[in-house]
Amino acid sequence: MPFIPHTEDDTRAMLAACGVDSIEDLFDEIPPELRADALDGIPPGRDELAVSRLLHARAAQDAQPLCFTGAGAYEHHIPAAVWEITTRGEYYSAYTPYQAEASQGTLQLLYEFQTMMSELTAMEVANASLYDGATALAEAVLMAVRANRKSKARRILMPRTVHPRYRGVVQAIVHHQGITLELLDYDTAGGHINPASLPTTPGDITALVIPQPNFFGALEDADALTDWAHTHGALVIGVVNPTAMAVITPPGEWGAAGADIVCGEGQPLGIPLASGGPYFGFMCCKQKIVRQMPGRIIGATVDLEGKRGYVLTLQAREQHIRRSKATSNICTNQGLMTTAATIYMAVMGPAGLEGVARQCHANTRALVQQLGEIDGVETVFDRPTFHETVLRLPRPTAEVLAGLSERGIFGGFDLSADYPELDNTLLVCATETRNETDMDAYAAALREVLA
Amino acid sequence: MTQRAVCEPLIFEHSRPGRVNRAQSAHLGGELNGIPESLRRKHPPRLPEVSELDAVRHYTRLSQKNFSIDTHFYPLGSCTMKYNPRACNTLASLPGFLGQHPLSAARDSQGILACLWELQEMLKEVTGMSAVSLTPMAGAQGEFAGVAMIRAYHDARGDDARTEILVPDAAHGTNPATATMCGYTVREIPTDNQGDVDEEALKAAVGPHTAGIMLTNPSTLGVFERRIHEIARIVHEAGGLLYYDGANLNAILGKVKPGDMGFDVIHMNLHKTFSTPHGGGGPGAGPVGVSEHLQPFMPIPVVGRDDSGAFRWLDEHDLPQSIGRLSAHMGNTGILLRAYIYALMLGREGMVRIADYATLNANYLMARLRDAGFDMALPGRRATHEFILTLKHQAKEPGVTAMDFAKRLLDYGFHAPTTYFPLIIPECLLIEPTETESKQALDAFVEAMTAIQAEAEKDVETLKGAPYSLPVRRLDDVKAARELDLRWQAKA
Ligand SMILES: Cc1ncc(COP(=O)(O)O)c(C=O)c1O
Repeated sequence: MPFIPHTEDDTRAMLAACGVDSIEDLFDEIPPELRADALDGIPPGRDELAVSRLLHARAAQDAQPLCFTGAGAYEHHIPAAVWEITTRGEYYSAYTPYQAEASQGTLQLLYEFQTMMSELTAMEVANASLYDGATALAEAVLMAVRANRKSKARRILMPRTVHPRYRGVVQAIVHHQGITLELLDYDTAGGHINPASLPTTPGDITALVIPQPNFFGALEDADALTDWAHTHGALVIGVVNPTAMAVITPPGEWGAAGADIVCGEGQPLGIPLASGGPYFGFMCCKQKIVRQMPGRIIGATVDLEGKRGYVLTLQAREQHIRRSKATSNICTNQGLMTTAATIYMAVMGPAGLEGVARQCHANTRALVQQLGEIDGVETVFDRPTFHETVLRLPRPTAEVLAGLSERGIFGGFDLSADYPELDNTLLVCATETRNETDMDAYAAALREVLA
Repeated sequence: MTQRAVCEPLIFEHSRPGRVNRAQSAHLGGELNGIPESLRRKHPPRLPEVSELDAVRHYTRLSQKNFSIDTHFYPLGSCTMKYNPRACNTLASLPGFLGQHPLSAARDSQGILACLWELQEMLKEVTGMSAVSLTPMAGAQGEFAGVAMIRAYHDARGDDARTEILVPDAAHGTNPATATMCGYTVREIPTDNQGDVDEEALKAAVGPHTAGIMLTNPSTLGVFERRIHEIARIVHEAGGLLYYDGANLNAILGKVKPGDMGFDVIHMNLHKTFSTPHGGGGPGAGPVGVSEHLQPFMPIPVVGRDDSGAFRWLDEHDLPQSIGRLSAHMGNTGILLRAYIYALMLGREGMVRIADYATLNANYLMARLRDAGFDMALPGRRATHEFILTLKHQAKEPGVTAMDFAKRLLDYGFHAPTTYFPLIIPECLLIEPTETESKQALDAFVEAMTAIQAEAEKDVETLKGAPYSLPVRRLDDVKAARELDLRWQAKA
């Protein structure tokens, strides 16, 4: 029997100990009319060999074009050591570390993770993960409403330069609690939120969201935006790309006082693309509002003999203690992904991560330059970018992408569905995994498609 | 050398300035020409500077400080810590799956979409629901999706007086927390002395303000809610809907379908019943199943299949009344893939066998522990896939708590059962052996419990000081919460 070890003798002895004749007797408290018929819609079981053959065929079926698309998920090199260690059974098959003494491996690793994320964002503290970048932003909005006691408006300013999917997820999650998201339009020249366009008397605002880099790849004027928000009594929520943090000003240093809450998608830190998940959301904040943070938090303490050890802490915020008054309903998070991210950051180190960031920036610039030489292809915005850029095309984007796809190229993200005013545009990205040959191939294919 | 002798420093304490892993970064670099000085980072983040070997050795050593299914019996009630077949990880990690960008065109994703579509179909069949959306990323997010659908359903009918969600007092904390997130107030329903929902209290609680009830069946008390049909009738007659928390589906897989019990919407914890790993805290997957009247509100995306047999993502255009997206993409796709692989290996007979042997193991362990003198919280009842033992007598005399037992079990090489949940049973251990454990493993657990009881009777201090043989002795939770130390700081 697959994954059931019982011998016939075992089963017989166990039934006798229970005082019943058959396993069926153990279900005698279930009203008979509830008993299900056979599961005819499910195929008979197959062994590992047969399933392996099927899955290999399915995996091989999907084309793997050369990828120049980011839009929230980025192809990066992942050192082999990362997943070799992450999938050790001791990490892979453990539960949430409720029994701290029997989970010091996971707990110490998460304490290291919290430290690394705090360092990367220049924030004081971090939690041990949320589901993904989009839900992390939703939780950050809910946290801001709890933390900003002076604001009564439950009003969040949400730039249109925030990932459109994130905006959708935030709306789906927070609208139940009477929170309104007010969209801020972007500057059509820069593709960023122009601080000069912000009102001088905005009224009661709970928080301002600042994406860095933003969905167009452009860098926001985070210092000015942060100071503006703080002047008007709003908290600042940064939503950032962790790779970019190696080279651009981290949110803890934005403006005079720094961001209050920082969140983002952790996928770039050693997590494969994998059709969208599992990834992980991260969240950092100023220590003075840590009691409003959702999710697991690990703290250092000592044991009976004074030896250093780690535990889940501030649990009075969480659903298993506080129930209907908890900071969030989250229980299971994305633990194994943070394990991989921690090992990734340790193996890469500050120099490695900076190298990745610089190479992504340089590659995307080189790609944009090369594509920009093609007739009718030009950049749309003039703000500095990190590793993504919006290009205008001389033809409808869907058509161009289809042509590129036939040539084995996944050419970028079509912005027109989310930004109707940006028709015939394409968001492109070249990470450190693309080389000159790849970029030449893209340029050649695009020339053909546009010819 | 015992584990206690090994003290592994933090990765930051292994760090040496200037140590760089050239194998990972030799080719990397480039100018930051496009980024003006004012936007650049001034000081590098203080990430550890260690060799690849340092990192591999450090994280391997840390792993050895964990209990896990692969190393220990882990009877953590409500968590279904069954064996996670290695094939599921190996096959879900094929490069063709891992390399796929989430925004890839459907025509480039037919392989993965076929797997997900078949999983949707299998989950529909085994739960008796009309449709399934795979996107929620854990049980709690499935609950959120479910309660948000209940709200959308009432809203669509213009029925906006329903402000309350009913939750049994034994419910998992995520249930009331979810109801609050969805903008509802929570009313608790007491449990009767047999472990069932108190029917009179329920009748008194329902009304035109009732949006729905969240129930787990088998309940968190490890017993089957026998009057489920009656409960469904009471709630439905009041105009409310029934939400099924599928955390305990392992007990009834293929035996009873939640759809047949009268539930309108359910979630499943694939990281429990379908054996995807818990990863030291996650990721999980919490697909939702709905009855026909809730189908328009399902969270997107859902995998659809057109007449030609091609698969595609259904989005807001196909489901305009959807409660929306709950993740940037398709939730935890890699976890869904593992569940799919597991389901293929089990097949239709294998699924029913899970419930058979999970139930046999729980009832056997309960019988043996009862014979060994332990008290069950609900002595007259059958165990389902789990059961509750109460140490309230031991807490009085000789004066040891469920926590003391739990910590001493660690010394005996067993992960502790769930302690102090459900909250309504004093000094409880919620014990869930799962079907993948052998009789021999269960017998060894009984021996350990018996030995610990004897130790307690001889000298309570033996238990109070436990554990002794783990990397640390008992840890001070109070200090951790009072003197917050949430990250390492470089010494000035
Ligand atoms: C009964 C019950 N309901 C809900 C949950 C929440 O599930 P998850 O941790 O996947 O969010 C759990 C598990 O922790 C549970 O045991």
